[in-house]
Amino acid sequence: MLASGTTVRVKLDWPETRGPCHIRTPHYLRGHEGVVVRHLGDFPNPEALAFRRPAEILPLYHVRFPMGALWPDRHGDNTILVELYETWLEAA
Amino acid sequence: MNILEAPSEKLLAGIRKLLAEKNIATEEEIAERIRITDEASPARGAAMVARAWTDPEYKALMLRDGTMAAEAMGVPMRGLPPLGVLENTAELHNLVVCTLCSCYPRAVLGYPPFWFKSAAYRARAVRDPRAMLVEFGTTIPDDVKLEVVDSTADYRWMVLPRRPAGTEGWSVEQLAALVHEGDMIGVTIPHAP
Repeated sequence: MLASGTTVRVKLDWPETRGPCHIRTPHYLRGHEGVVVRHLGDFPNPEALAFRRPAEILPLYHVRFPMGALWPDRHGDNTILVELYETWLEAA
Repeated sequence: MNILEAPSEKLLAGIRKLLAEKNIATEEEIAERIRITDEASPARGAAMVARAWTDPEYKALMLRDGTMAAEAMGVPMRGLPPLGVLENTAELHNLVVCTLCSCYPRAVLGYPPFWFKSAAYRARAVRDPRAMLVEFGTTIPDDVKLEVVDSTADYRWMVLPRRPAGTEGWSVEQLAALVHEGDMIGVTIPHAP
């Protein structure tokens, strides 16, 4: 389980280039670092459920990203808060 | 006939018949679900907001567990995704979007407004939210942090707006009448008349 305050990186992965898939991780976050705000609960993996496959129960986290890092032409301290499954996160 | 070219009314009737035959869902269960969906409206969220403004214990419950707070107001939440509530403060403004599709807290806000599903809203909310909010008539002061909540997975999110100044002593009914759909998405802010 990831503790609140842990810095994580969203995997720079593009499953959509490998065939049909269902993804709950927005493309604009991939490869970016964020900070775990809290564990929201554990849910069956929707990426498997979408294909009626057996779904692993995954921890879901709220992760915060500084908007300026996502969009180089933006500044200010706006942030984006997103629900992400543990399988999409790696140590930063 | 190619199933993709079949009239949608016929397809729907066929699916409902199959659901009943396979004991997955009866006509009555489907009718019940349609009734519950149609009954949901922003008035429910507004009633929750007004109560949170006047009842600190309820507000604490709402921020801790939105599903329980909705159920406490008689909203049926069984089988629905958990509801999370985001509090606007003097330092922070929340804006909700679903960039992947159109996740929306229908149990407490009803059907989403048409623009919530538009590609323009979904793209601009995460890319240029302050300028987009100005087009909704909402200017977020520079010293207020803006957090965009991209609703991507198993939760549904609603915003608890700030209570407008000049509403001291108002009843919960009067307060609830001030709260509109957009205030609970974060594109607008409630104002006293």
